[in-house]
Amino acid sequence: MKKLLIWLPLGLFVIVFALVVNGLIEPSDRLVRSAMVGKPLPALRLPPLLPDKDGIDTSATRSGKPRMLNVFASWCIPCVAEAPQLMKLKQAGAEIDAIAVRDTTGDVQAFLARNGDPYTRIGDDRAMRAQLSLGSSGVPETFVIDSRGVIVDQHIGDIRAEDVPKLLAALEKAK
Amino acid sequence: MIAEAGLAALWLATAFAIAQLMLGAAAARAGDAAMMLAGVRRIALLQAVFALGAFLILIRLFATSDMSVLLVAQNSHSLKPMLYKIAGAWGNHEGSMLLWVTVLAVAGAGVSLFERRLAAGTLAATLAAQAAIAIGFYAFLAFASNPFARLNPAPADGQGLNPLLQDPGLAFHPPTLYLGYVGLSVAFSFAVAALLMRDVGPAFAKAMRPWVLGAWIFLTIGITAGSYWAYYELGWGGWWFWDPVENASLMPWLAATALLHSVNVLATRDGLRAWTLMLAVVAFSMSMVGTFLVRSGILVSVHAFAVDPTRGSFLLALLGLYIGGALALFGARVGTVTQGATFQLISREAALVLNNLLLSVILGVVLIGTLYPLVAQAMGVQLSIGAPFFEKTAVPIALALVAGTAAGPLLRWRKDSAQALLSRLTIPVAITGVSFALFFALSGGDSPIAVVVLALAFGLAAASVAPLWKRKLRRTPLPIWGMVVAHLGIAVSLAGMAADTLFKQERLAAVAVGDALHVGPFKVLLADVRPTVGPNWSAMEARLRVQRGTSAPFELTPQQRFFSSPPTNTSEAAIVTLWDGQVYTVLGAPDGAGRWQLRLWWKPFVTLIWAGGGLVALGGLIALAGRLRSGWRAAREEAWA
Repeated sequence: MKKLLIWLPLGLFVIVFALVVNGLIEPSDRLVRSAMVGKPLPALRLPPLLPDKDGIDTSATRSGKPRMLNVFASWCIPCVAEAPQLMKLKQAGAEIDAIAVRDTTGDVQAFLARNGDPYTRIGDDRAMRAQLSLGSSGVPETFVIDSRGVIVDQHIGDIRAEDVPKLLAALEKAK
Repeated sequence: MIAEAGLAALWLATAFAIAQLMLGAAAARAGDAAMMLAGVRRIALLQAVFALGAFLILIRLFATSDMSVLLVAQNSHSLKPMLYKIAGAWGNHEGSMLLWVTVLAVAGAGVSLFERRLAAGTLAATLAAQAAIAIGFYAFLAFASNPFARLNPAPADGQGLNPLLQDPGLAFHPPTLYLGYVGLSVAFSFAVAALLMRDVGPAFAKAMRPWVLGAWIFLTIGITAGSYWAYYELGWGGWWFWDPVENASLMPWLAATALLHSVNVLATRDGLRAWTLMLAVVAFSMSMVGTFLVRSGILVSVHAFAVDPTRGSFLLALLGLYIGGALALFGARVGTVTQGATFQLISREAALVLNNLLLSVILGVVLIGTLYPLVAQAMGVQLSIGAPFFEKTAVPIALALVAGTAAGPLLRWRKDSAQALLSRLTIPVAITGVSFALFFALSGGDSPIAVVVLALAFGLAAASVAPLWKRKLRRTPLPIWGMVVAHLGIAVSLAGMAADTLFKQERLAAVAVGDALHVGPFKVLLADVRPTVGPNWSAMEARLRVQRGTSAPFELTPQQRFFSSPPTNTSEAAIVTLWDGQVYTVLGAPDGAGRWQLRLWWKPFVTLIWAGGGLVALGGLIALAGRLRSGWRAAREEAWA
């Protein structure tokens, strides 16, 4: 027993060493993809941020139509850049919910007045908890959720004009 | 010509290191080591002189902007301010590795100059081990990262330096950290020599102690300064991100802290022999792992500025050789190390063992958290591990450690009673209880862990000055003062961390010129945004008028800087330090319609975090002064006798 204990440090080191060698041979992909893609949307219950719009309660919206979930913030400049694309998606019939990260009611109202309002619901995520539970690493990000409530796609960064057809196709497939 | 002289100096240093290894090993094996030891001492000195010479030559090449040297051309620019030209010498891969090996050689020379207590054979073996480490890193420089390589034809000017690194913090941060990292190499070499010569005891511990203390002081300063540097330079308002590079500096510190405490047990009570040896090996191993993690770019980090995966394999081979070799030696030899003195369950020794165990568990947790992405990758999964993991795992253990830190110094060596301990702890426990109730009510119970931390900080502050109780302050030994100050520093730092978590206020918004925001008790008005220029950058600068209540307003000017070579953007936070905290402001991007992104924080008592770190280092310094003085006295008495 004592013999084993004495050689334990070397044994542990050999294991770590092998892992590091493996990591060095196969350098990793640096984009942080969410591990939640392909899994059901985690249970979220976010209070409404605006007086005239519902917050997000996944237990209430689980069944039904495929939706998009946009993680955004009024202080985020790329979110301004993607706003016209979100409006286009909405006009094409997409239902878009939103999670406002670290934001205030007044700022979001001003943001939507300037850039248009594509959102059906907006949940207030002041502490970034919902964002973390979605596996989102920044703003903006957009998730596509199918009719069974499973996350089927994740778009990292602002939505460019050329991304709109792709997202619509993903939404169509998610029915 | 100068660059060639640098390369020659490096090769000569290598040659001396090889000679040092061979002669040192021969001296250790010979019956009478004293004769040959004088030679080994001199060779160690020469090795350090040439290594230092090579490093100074590199600094000179950077200072004079000699663009015919590849490294200078890649990392410097003739327009850069002089301070950053010089700092540029170690702000890159090759230069930082040269600094690393230079410190290694100088530490070896320090041992050869000042160490008089150890048996000649053990000292010769120590110097041989130190040389063996150096040879590997010289080879790394010569074959995989030559800092003196020429570029022909020479370009008209250099490619600049990462603008994030153009900051006074950089001039001192890496060298300080390296002094700590590499200072631990001495402890490692002592341990290897002790195992080889089967010479483990109080004399060995006393010889090792000042080196551990010294390295630990530099690590403490390095981590504290690095944390503050990341805090104001990265502009996120955070002071610790549990990022791999930060963990790389935290792990050797944790091991060195454990070693610092266990080496005291070995020196004073002749206990914990095998454990101290293990820690000495682990501490420097963690330094090498840290260097490897930072230099190889194997893990994703915000701080790695000079990375190169191809060199990783060379470093990794060295790592395997030294760490694997030392651990194998430990396995083979530690069985022959006889058990030292024993002690009771409730005693100072037992408290120090607890300290060691908890520190080791934290070290293990941090190591697992840092390397887990590699494990996941081996199984085909991509993930990163962030603050939530470490906060859930390391923090609760750290709280137990804090409680132990309060109780340990109040225990007697060898044997004590639980009842006596409890009566000595009455006041600290009462203070902890009262402050918990107070701050729990004040903070609204949002973050109970942070309240516990804050309450423990107050209790620890009281407990850490308790060892001075009823002592004659003038006659209290310096190491005791050092312990008191360092433990107090931990309390101060913890209070700052908890205050930041509990009471900080944050505001994020896009605002137009003339608009005002509120954060905490402050009103912040965006008065103006205008362009401004520096020596090698241009910037947009916001003028913020900040006012608390009706007191006099002050101005803060955060900037968005644009560096031309290489083209990069950085945001320069503007911070004001008040007696009760800091206002931290960052200017973000414009939205194209006249509004600017602004991030504001009010961080009450956040400065305590680094002030506490400074106190910890100061405590170490006081203890070191005490140890060196008594060592010097012992040497003098020996000379008289």
